[in-house]
Amino acid sequence: MLLGPSLAVSAILFSLGVVGVLLRRNAIVIFMCIELMLNAVNLTFVALSQQIGLDGQVFVFFVMTVAAAEAAVGLAIVIALYRHRDTVNLQSINLLRG
Amino acid sequence: MTVVFWVVAALAIGSALLCITRKSPVASALWLVNTLFQLAAIYVLLDAHFIAAVQVLVYAGAIMVLFLFVIMLLNLGRSGPSDIKGPWGKVIAGVGGLVLVSELIVLRNVTPPWWLQLPPGTVERAVAERGAVRVVAEPLFQGYLVPFEITSVLLLAAIVGAVVLAKRRL
Amino acid sequence: MNPLAGTAVDWVGLAILLPFAGFLVNGALAFLRPKAKRTVSIIGVGSVAAAFVVAVAVYLAVRAAHPDAPYVRTLWSWIPVGDLSVSAALQVDQLSVVMLLVVTGVSSLIHLFSVGYMHDDPGYARYFAYLNLFVAFMLVLVLGASFPVMFIGWEGVGLCSYLLIGFWFEEKEKADAGLKAFLVNRIGDVGFLIAMFLIFSHLGTLDFRETFARAPQGLTAGGGAVTAIALFLFMGCVGKSAQIPLYVWLPDAMAGPTPVSALIHAATMVTAGVYLVARTNLLFAMAPVASAVVAGVGALTALFAATIGLKQWDIKKVLAYSTVSQLGYMFVGVGVGAYAAGIFHLVTHAFFKALLFLGAGSVIHVMHRAHHQSHRHADAQDMRNMGGLAAYMPWTARMMWVATLAIAGIPPLAGFFSKDEILGAAFARGASQPFYLIVWLFGIAAAFLTAFYMARLMLYTFHGPNRTGDLERPHLAEAPWVMTGPLVVLAALTILGGALNLPHVETLHRWLEPLTAQGAAFLPALAPSTGVEVTLMVAAALIGIAGLWLATRILKPETLVPPERAPQETGFAKLLLEKYRVDELYDRFILRPLVWFSRVVLWKGLDAGVIDTAGVNGSAALARGLGWIGSRLQSGQVGTYVVFFVLGAVVVLAALLK
Repeated sequence: MLLGPSLAVSAILFSLGVVGVLLRRNAIVIFMCIELMLNAVNLTFVALSQQIGLDGQVFVFFVMTVAAAEAAVGLAIVIALYRHRDTVNLQSINLLRG
Repeated sequence: MTVVFWVVAALAIGSALLCITRKSPVASALWLVNTLFQLAAIYVLLDAHFIAAVQVLVYAGAIMVLFLFVIMLLNLGRSGPSDIKGPWGKVIAGVGGLVLVSELIVLRNVTPPWWLQLPPGTVERAVAERGAVRVVAEPLFQGYLVPFEITSVLLLAAIVGAVVLAKRRL
Repeated sequence: MNPLAGTAVDWVGLAILLPFAGFLVNGALAFLRPKAKRTVSIIGVGSVAAAFVVAVAVYLAVRAAHPDAPYVRTLWSWIPVGDLSVSAALQVDQLSVVMLLVVTGVSSLIHLFSVGYMHDDPGYARYFAYLNLFVAFMLVLVLGASFPVMFIGWEGVGLCSYLLIGFWFEEKEKADAGLKAFLVNRIGDVGFLIAMFLIFSHLGTLDFRETFARAPQGLTAGGGAVTAIALFLFMGCVGKSAQIPLYVWLPDAMAGPTPVSALIHAATMVTAGVYLVARTNLLFAMAPVASAVVAGVGALTALFAATIGLKQWDIKKVLAYSTVSQLGYMFVGVGVGAYAAGIFHLVTHAFFKALLFLGAGSVIHVMHRAHHQSHRHADAQDMRNMGGLAAYMPWTARMMWVATLAIAGIPPLAGFFSKDEILGAAFARGASQPFYLIVWLFGIAAAFLTAFYMARLMLYTFHGPNRTGDLERPHLAEAPWVMTGPLVVLAALTILGGALNLPHVETLHRWLEPLTAQGAAFLPALAPSTGVEVTLMVAAALIGIAGLWLATRILKPETLVPPERAPQETGFAKLLLEKYRVDELYDRFILRPLVWFSRVVLWKGLDAGVIDTAGVNGSAALARGLGWIGSRLQSGQVGTYVVFFVLGAVVVLAALLK
């Protein structure tokens, strides 16, 4: 009975995460918005697990684990980037220009 | 019950909004922490007690700390020039977000087929009978053992990767 | 079962194969051993002579069998496409046998003549290769059993004509003459092609036998379709047989070696048009309007060309216009429905015109040699440089006089009978349709003029004082026997040729009956009274004699001066000399606008303007533009990439919404 509203909240949070990614230039803030998106998805899983089964919660567990790993590696990359370019502004990091 | 849910949901959305619009990365991070807390509350309302706990411990407690750590390390805490995009960027972001949210809202009106659905209240009862941890642990270590082990390898790789990438000199 | 099956007729394909093999060998020799003149001569003359032997064998077989229907020898299936099925097939019947004999016989003589004429030419092997190829194609033309096969021969002889006219292509004029011949012919060929399309669309076949079997039911006599077909076929004839308005290539074709003029532009190729009309006589008989056009154009051309011949100074040009005029006579013959008469004149004309050209060739050969010895650069073909040559070249002169009498229509030579038959038929038709009386009148006038200009030619060339020059005179002598011999043979044929179709005996007429019988049903029956016939015969002979006599009276060879010192012509004579300025007319009103249009509109406007700019350069610019847009996408900006990412996701979700 909380399914509908939960999915709505999840949708809104996900969209806010997307807006954040589109809106910001700072690499770390973009990263945080990505985490926001992941959390929205987690909420969806948990909400649906009430209907379909406990596998949903297990899945959330895995998502969190992977998110942690990803955050660690990603932030390490940001640090390395900062060391080279002295900035985390993504607009200046454009060496892949075609 | 529902009132709590709505309050918490509103708080979550509000802090998410603030998170993406703050100039200072530290502020963004802290508002994100708040959002995570609200989400944990929602998890509790959805009978996912263990997950809620893990959310607070891992997400808010470890990952966000890591974020703040890096922000401080790179000295980004001070207020500098804003990193929000210009007017065109705002327009694109706004439009994109609106379209996306409308599509998703429409899509959420989907009910799983009857043969997938459990009788209502199953999860509540399971949690009441076996406890929140057991409800997650049993499938995790029985059905999903292999993914569990692989995930641990993944974590190892992540550790090694993080160390290597962030080194000053290889 | 056709009575001809299993006889020598089965080998008729050899007649084509032998000259073609000669072409291949001589062609190879032209590249590898151009100096092997003896081998080339033997192969060149031998292959055509062998073809003549085959022709005789075929003729004897046909004569013995008296077939009512043509015998078709199918070699292989050529175009089996949908409704259209054309085979590579040869047809042997009375008409094709006549043509076969004429082509191979006259060719053999001319090949022999060429051995002497072209002896000093460095392109000897190439010449014989082309000449053999021509004979092969001409035989394909006359032996073809369907329109497409005939068309192959038609085009092939056009090609060889081009190659041989422009044989001395190092001189631009001669190369241009070859090109002119080919292009003007092409205009006519369009008509032939359209006629083929029409025949196929109306009758569903292109095979001769089938076409003539289906025509009486498939086409309404006198209707638009059959008239169109006949007219388009005639358009092809106008091009190939040099009638008005496409005759302009033939006088220029005299740029080629004289034996070529004799063979191609007198005896064989140009008669292909007459052969075509005779072959398709059923269609022409069913289309009286078209036949009238044929007769009218033929009569007009006969008169027109004869007038031009009156004032030409180049000996070959006179003969060229004479050929055009005589071809007009042949078309009058087939136009009034006297198909046998037209073919008869074709045969006799082949004899005496070849004789005339070869004789002229002998004269030119001797003149050339004389000029060469004295290192003078005068025109060896201009009659004003000749005169009194009968004393030096008696045999040539005698033979050419035989031909002149024949062409003037003096009995009992061949030309008299053939010309008289044509005119008689025209007169007989004229009794019921006055149009044909006019045709007859033109014919009579042309006959008079023919006698006149031929006598003029003979007078200026062989009689009167000699204008060649003192240095050259000692070198004037009779041509070698290899050139004079064929003249004698042709003269004999000219004298005896009349026997082919004497009045009331009408051997040729009866011989060709199986082919003309079908068409005869559509023609008005001609039954002139004997009295009228005799009167006409006498009149024709008198006209010929009158023309000859008048020429000897009026023309004074003594008054001629060599061309450098000759006074300018004036008035009507000038117009005739300049051949009514027809070429200039064509140039001004057809060629120049066409060239202008091609250059300005088609080239600069369309090709460079539209196609190059829009098409070629435009597509390049488009590609470059698209590439530029693509490159802008690779900005290296992660932010931009994310936008596209989200855009893609939104689109996919939208698809899911459905």
